[in-house]
Amino acid sequence: MSDKPLAPRDQGAPDYTKHLHPLMLKNYGEWVSHDRVRPGVLVHTASSGDKLYTIRAGSPRTMSADTVRKVCDIADKYCQGFLRFTSRSNIEFLCGDKKDLDNLIKAVEKDLGWPLGGTGPSVSNISHTQGWLHCNLPGTDAAGSVKAMMDDLIEEFRNENLPNRVHMATSCCQINCASHGDISVIVQHHHPPRINHNNMQICELPKVVAICPAAAIRPAVVNGVETVEVVEEKCMYCGACHGQCPSMEIRDSETDTLSIWVGGKMSAARGAPTFMKLAVWGIANNPPRWPEVSEAIRRILNAYKATGKPWERVGEWIDRIGWAKFFEMTGFPFTRYHIDDGPEALSNLNRSAMIRL
Amino acid sequence: MSGKHDKNKAMTLHTPLLNELESGPWPSFFSDLKEYSKKKPVVVELLNQLEESYENRWNYWIGKVLNAPGYGGGIIARVSEKADKYPGLANFHTVRVIEPPGWVYNTDALRNLADTAERNGAGILQFHGMTGDILLLGFSDEGSLQCVEDLMHDGWDIGGSGAALRTLQCCVGQARCEMACFDTMKVTKHLTDSFIHYLHRPEFVYKFKFKLSGCSNDCANSMVRSDMPIIGTWRGPMQVDQEKVAEFIDAKGLEYLIDNVLTRCPTRCLSVKGKTLQVDNDNCVRCMHCINVMHHALKPGKDRGVTILIGGHRTLKIGDTMASVLVPFMKLETDEDLEKLVEFVERVWEFWNDNGMDHERVGEFIARVGMGTFLKGIGVEPDPRMIRQPRTTSYIKFEELAPPRMDGEGNKMPPVWNREAEAVETA
Repeated sequence: MSDKPLAPRDQGAPDYTKHLHPLMLKNYGEWVSHDRVRPGVLVHTASSGDKLYTIRAGSPRTMSADTVRKVCDIADKYCQGFLRFTSRSNIEFLCGDKKDLDNLIKAVEKDLGWPLGGTGPSVSNISHTQGWLHCNLPGTDAAGSVKAMMDDLIEEFRNENLPNRVHMATSCCQINCASHGDISVIVQHHHPPRINHNNMQICELPKVVAICPAAAIRPAVVNGVETVEVVEEKCMYCGACHGQCPSMEIRDSETDTLSIWVGGKMSAARGAPTFMKLAVWGIANNPPRWPEVSEAIRRILNAYKATGKPWERVGEWIDRIGWAKFFEMTGFPFTRYHIDDGPEALSNLNRSAMIRL
Repeated sequence: MSGKHDKNKAMTLHTPLLNELESGPWPSFFSDLKEYSKKKPVVVELLNQLEESYENRWNYWIGKVLNAPGYGGGIIARVSEKADKYPGLANFHTVRVIEPPGWVYNTDALRNLADTAERNGAGILQFHGMTGDILLLGFSDEGSLQCVEDLMHDGWDIGGSGAALRTLQCCVGQARCEMACFDTMKVTKHLTDSFIHYLHRPEFVYKFKFKLSGCSNDCANSMVRSDMPIIGTWRGPMQVDQEKVAEFIDAKGLEYLIDNVLTRCPTRCLSVKGKTLQVDNDNCVRCMHCINVMHHALKPGKDRGVTILIGGHRTLKIGDTMASVLVPFMKLETDEDLEKLVEFVERVWEFWNDNGMDHERVGEFIARVGMGTFLKGIGVEPDPRMIRQPRTTSYIKFEELAPPRMDGEGNKMPPVWNREAEAVETA
């Protein structure tokens, strides 16, 4: 390293008070109500009577420095220089003056080209990860597949026509960084890892052995090289080892497929949070636009839209109509692979004679 | 186009597959980066490699380790397998930056991030990573270190990675939401700053994540995605404005109230008499549904605090674990409250790190040793609000009833087991 003095260390989180719109700072903790003005536009009212408008728009999450500057130009012009992002990578322009709303909306839609929406009972922007753009583990892309899916779902984003909000997520490998959603897309592998024995010495063997959830990896000597072997009957193709060691290659460009999961929910509204459940598997990993994924999602959304009751999230809707109806409405085949054999296996069976006949 | 980058002039963009991501109404990251590549030639290399990924359904990034002086994480180092073809990607790292709590920004700060990213690297930013960090992409080894120095010089700090405390995230909270039952931004900043050492220097058996949501709507997505969700709640009655209830019924009709509020209450604690809403507050589980629907008429109660949960994480390795209740209620307002939370977290960490296995998230650790053992280890009394129902398995090791050991050693336990339960305020 050079002799230049190092910048300060361990500074912690930024002082959020410097990043708050003046009306947020003034009315901090004093908000009393909110309303949805139109899809993509919220207004929050404080006890002081102040009103803060939020213009929510879908962002691509990944953006160039120039695009960030364009965002700043708009926020400087209409938002006193303040904005925020949501947990689903939507952008929120914050506006204190109702007179500026129309011009702000025009700037976001026309200059930036980002659609307003994602409020109320709509499909929100899709939580996603790095994919082929920058991860070391992915079996598919993230930003590209999200772009393709949201092109198809844009009217569900722009309008509030669904029974309740639909959170979506994609994950590019079985680690599932983007996690749970009402509808989630994940990659699945179908073979044990291929081991590059000649490259194994770079790894810490115990980590690869310890990470395996199926205890399928054990030390071995192959051609005089200290390496590992995989008990193929035990391996469930999760790829946990691949995350530890690039010499345990789990991905396969020919055989990897995508699956779609439904009914995940973090909120406790009406009922405890739920995990997502397998809806359909074996979908082709088909860049650049993954049309089969969009078609499957469309089937789920159409069925949900047709028979979901107000405030029912996807999982609650399926709980009410039953899984048999879900598979009938979507046309997805129900297979033995839908029957759980993981930690929740027995409690996921229908342990009653309560059946819709 | 700048003439400074002559050495890369030969590289032209060749992206027939990615070009298909330019059509359609949703904003295209590809179109953005394509345009930007005119002034950043390395982005041409990035997009050409991405095109090869699309063509071959294959990934060309390999991880490596790079740390800023004094730090054990925060730079996600990537090298390209195709560095011969794309020399600009030989080292092309991500720098994680701790976001302002609640993801709020002033434009000076955003411009500063854009300038720093562009000056030192490929000028690509992401808002945000799934842990909550701001991600800046595309730095060489030297560029990464210079980027980190520049960020810190400008008051930023870098995020967590590896077996460490990870960057925290929280909902917008009291800055713009009437539902928020505690100051998510303040607590996020306090925990981040108090534990910044653990965030920057991986010393744990595995990663540990906090996510903070002001209410049970859980906008920070804490329940499956953090080891310790902290969720706002309240004691005592919720606030009901009966005039606004009557207005709601007038506007929406009684049928709507019955179908969408009363019958959706998970503990059936709402009823209506005339145009008055009656609440069985003792049975309200603070799910937020009725407040979400009738947000002008209903509000959380006034005696607010948090529920602390433990053990959420996504599928690796034992399958998903949903977080479960650890502290049913705790006030989180004063400096003393915050200090109590910090001490409590340290106790959890100590027991988990002393006894957890390599790569064992705290949820997996609890699944292995049992919640009863875990509670004893951290000195928290069992509480029926921690469970859905008591056990149904009758094989139990009752320590109090077990006979002395045959070798005469007695029931010697490691010191941590004998610790007196330190009082954690619960409702």
